Amino acid sequence: MASFNLSINGKSHKVDVDSSTPLLWVLRDHLNLVGTKYGCGISICGACTIHLNGNAVRSCQLPVSAVGESKVTTIEGLSENADHPVQKAWLEHDVPQCGYCQAGQIMNAAALLEKNPNPSDEQIENAMSGNICRCGTYLRIKKAIKSVNKI
Amino acid sequence: MISFSWLASCKTPTEEVPEEWFDLNGFLKISNNGMVTIMSPNPEIGQNIKTSMPMIVAEELDVDWQNVIVEQAPLNTDIFKRQIAGGSQSIRQSWEALRMAGATARAVLKQAAAEKWKVPANEITTSFGQVEHKASGYKWGYGEVAALAAELPVPEEVALKDVKDFKIVGTSRKNVDAQKIVTGKPLFGLDYKAEGMLYAMIEHPPAFGMDLKSYDASEALAMPGIKDVFVVNTYKEEKERGWFDVDAFNNLIVVVGNSTWEVLSAKKKLKVEWEKTGDLESTEDHLRKLETLSGVEMKQSRKDGNPEQVFKKAAKVIERTYTAPFLAHNTMEPMNFFAHVTDEKAEFVGPIQTPEYMEKSASERLGLPLDKIDIKMTRMGGGFGRRLYGHFLVEAGVISQRLKAPVKLIYTREDDMTFGTYRPAYRADYKAALDENNNLVAFHVRAGGIPESPLFANRFPAGAVDNYLAEQWQIKSNITVGAWRAPRSNFIAGAEQAFLDEIAEAAGKDPIQFRLDLLERTKNNPVGDKNDYDPERYAGVLKLVKEKASWGTQKKTNTSRGVSAYFCHNSYVANVVDLTMKNGKPVIDKVYAAVDCGIVVNPDAATNMVEGGTVDGIGHAMYSAMTFKDGTPDQKNFNSYRLIRHNEAPKNIEVHFVKNKIDPTGLGEPPFPPVIGAVANAMYKATGERTYNQPFMAKDFEIKMI
Repeated sequence: MASFNLSINGKSHKVDVDSSTPLLWVLRDHLNLVGTKYGCGISICGACTIHLNGNAVRSCQLPVSAVGESKVTTIEGLSENADHPVQKAWLEHDVPQCGYCQAGQIMNAAALLEKNPNPSDEQIENAMSGNICRCGTYLRIKKAIKSVNKI
Repeated sequence: MISFSWLASCKTPTEEVPEEWFDLNGFLKISNNGMVTIMSPNPEIGQNIKTSMPMIVAEELDVDWQNVIVEQAPLNTDIFKRQIAGGSQSIRQSWEALRMAGATARAVLKQAAAEKWKVPANEITTSFGQVEHKASGYKWGYGEVAALAAELPVPEEVALKDVKDFKIVGTSRKNVDAQKIVTGKPLFGLDYKAEGMLYAMIEHPPAFGMDLKSYDASEALAMPGIKDVFVVNTYKEEKERGWFDVDAFNNLIVVVGNSTWEVLSAKKKLKVEWEKTGDLESTEDHLRKLETLSGVEMKQSRKDGNPEQVFKKAAKVIERTYTAPFLAHNTMEPMNFFAHVTDEKAEFVGPIQTPEYMEKSASERLGLPLDKIDIKMTRMGGGFGRRLYGHFLVEAGVISQRLKAPVKLIYTREDDMTFGTYRPAYRADYKAALDENNNLVAFHVRAGGIPESPLFANRFPAGAVDNYLAEQWQIKSNITVGAWRAPRSNFIAGAEQAFLDEIAEAAGKDPIQFRLDLLERTKNNPVGDKNDYDPERYAGVLKLVKEKASWGTQKKTNTSRGVSAYFCHNSYVANVVDLTMKNGKPVIDKVYAAVDCGIVVNPDAATNMVEGGTVDGIGHAMYSAMTFKDGTPDQKNFNSYRLIRHNEAPKNIEVHFVKNKIDPTGLGEPPFPPVIGAVANAMYKATGERTYNQPFMAKDFEIKMI
C-alpha cells in the first residue's frame, strides 16, 4: 500500500492503494467515478479512455504510481452538465445504443478535437479505431464528431 | 447504497416537484401536477426499448412526452408479461399490453372527470395530458383528476387509437438514458455498489473437457485485501436445467477481496491442477468433421415434389458449400452480478436478459422461496444473447450466501470470452437445378453445425420452387453454445443470399428480378402451406431497396454492388452494398437498407438499430472467429479476437422503412443477417471470386480456417 495524491477533474484526491493498481480501478473502486469503463484490461478496446494532461490515455494499464502530478480528466469531469461540445453532439445525434463504450469514445473524440478541430473523415477513422463499439455506432460517432464545430 | 438511482428521467423536470403520485395501473402513475411516470418493463440491452416501450404507453394515455419520466420496472410478471430481452420480441409481444395500459388509464381519467363535472364520460376528450368537456368548457390536467381516477375500476375493454391519430409513436424521441450515458453516471451492473460490498472473481477450467482437480490458494490468500478463496458448484448436479441454465463450467474457484485489482492480482497467484474429463476438441478436428461429414445423420425437414428426379434431368446444376466459425458474444460490459443473500432473502442487481427465468434458478439453488428473490435490472452493456444464460447471477448468489455478505462478481474479459455459450460453427450445402429456360426447378439445402443446425426449412425460397428438399444434421461437441444475435439466421442468410446470387447469374437474370419472380410465384401459387414469410412484404423491401439504390439505373461508378434480402424475427430487410477493393481489402462505401418492421415506433432509434446491426453483421462476417486448440479457446481478448473497427465500418448507411400500419415487429436482430450476403455478392463483383467461408478476411490474419 502507498499513498497517492491525484488531481482528478480539478480536485485533489488522496488514495491508499497498491502502487501497481491501474488508474481505472482507482477511479472505479476507490473514488466511485464509474463512468470510465472496463472492457479488456489490455489497452485494446478503449472503454477506459481518460485524459492525462489533455491527452487520451488508456487507464486500464496506467499504474496509479505513474500518474504523478498529471491532471486527470474523466467523463464525469469533461463538463458539469453534459454541455461539453462533444457530449452535446452525442446527444444531438442520439449516438448510444447500449452506451457502455461511449464514455471512452467521447473522451477520445474530445482529445482528438482539442488537437485537430476540423478532422477529415480519414483522420476521425484513424483516431477512433482504437475504440471498439460492439453495437456498431461508428457512423453516428463520426457524424457527431464532424458536427461539433457547428454546434 | 451509494449513488445509484433507478430513476431515469427524460429530462430534468422544471415544474414544481410533485407532492403525490397516483397509481393508475402497474405501468404508470400520475402526479398531482400532471407528471407521468411510465415503467419500462423489459431489460434494456441497447435495443432502446426503455424509450420505445414507454412511448407506446404514452401514446394511448395521450400525454405530452415532455412530462414523462421513465423508470425501469421491477421484475413482476403478474403485471408485465414477458420481461425478457430476446428474439427481437419486446415491442411485438408487448405492443397490445402497452397500448392497453395507456388506454385503460386514459379511460379512467375520463371517467373521473365525468364524475367530477357530472357530465357523460363519452363526451370527454383528451389531449396532451388534459381532459376536456367542450360543451361545458371544462378543461383540467390529468393531475387534477388522477386521485379519483386511481380509485376507479380499470375497464377490461377500451377503444384504442387509430394509427393515423398517433402523435408520439412514429416520431423520433431521444434515448431516455442518453444524458446519463454521456456524463458517465452509474447505469450498468458493473457500476453498482452497495455498503460493505466485496468483490469476487472466478477461475474456470482453461478448456472445454476439463474440470478442477485440485488447487493451492496459499499465495493468493497471502495477497493484500484478499478475504477468501473457495470452490463453488453453480448448479446442483441433480437440477434439471432449463435452456437458460447453459453453463460450461460448473466448478469454479472463487477469489474474494476488497477491490477489483486486489482480487485480479490474487487470481493470478492461484496454483491449479485441472483434469481431463471429456474430449479436448480443436478447430482442426472440427474442420475435418465439417468437411467429411462422415457418420452424420441427415434428417429431412421438408420435401416438395420430386427433387431427386428433377436434379437428374436438369439443364444446369449448381452446387456450393458455405461455412462459418464459432463466435463469442463479447458484450463490451463483461458478465457480472451483484448479490446479497441472507437467511431470509436474496437481492440481485445486474445485467440479465432473462430475469424471470433466473429468478427460478436462483430460488432453487439458494433454497429460498421465489417471492424472496428480488432481481433488479440494470441497463446492460450489450446483450446479443449472452445474458440470456444467467449462470453468473446464480454464481454471485452462491458466493454471497457462503460469505454472508453483499458481493459483486466480475468476469475479466478473458473469463468472459472463454466461458462458452458461443454461436455454433456451421456448414450449409446448396444445390439448385435450372431447366433449359433457366427456370429454377429444384432447390436443395442441407445444413448443419457443431453442435446445432442453422436450417430454417420453411423460409424462402421454400414455397417458390416445385421441387424442394431441406435436410439438417448436427455434430456433437462439449463446447457450449447459445443464442447469438439472430440465431441461425446470422449464418444461413448470408449463405443462402450468396447462393441465390450465383443461381441468378447462372440463369442470366438480374438478382433482384430473380428474387422478385420467385416471390411472385409464392404469392400467386405457393408450393406447400408451411411457408413462414409473407411474399408481398418480402418483395416490398426488395423493391424499396431497388428504388433507393437506383439499382440498374445508377450512373457508372467504380464501385461494385451486391444485393440480398432476408426475413427473420418477424421483420424484413433488404440490402444493397457498394464496395471497392483498395490494396486487396474491401472498403464498403455505402449500404442501403430497406426495412419492413410494420409501424416504426421511434424512427431515429430504429435507424440507429439498423445501422448498428449492419455494421455488426459485416464485422462478424469479415473479421471474427473463435477457434480452439485441445479444448482451449485461442482467442481470449480483443488482441486476438477481431471485432470490426471504426475504419472498417461502411462509410455510409442509408436506411429506409416501408410505410404501413401493420403492428410493429422488432429490429434487434433482423438488420444483422442479410447484409452478409450483400457484402459477399459485392465482393464477387469487385474481385471476380466468390467467398464461401467466414470470416471473409481470414487470410488477412492469423486464424487458420477452411
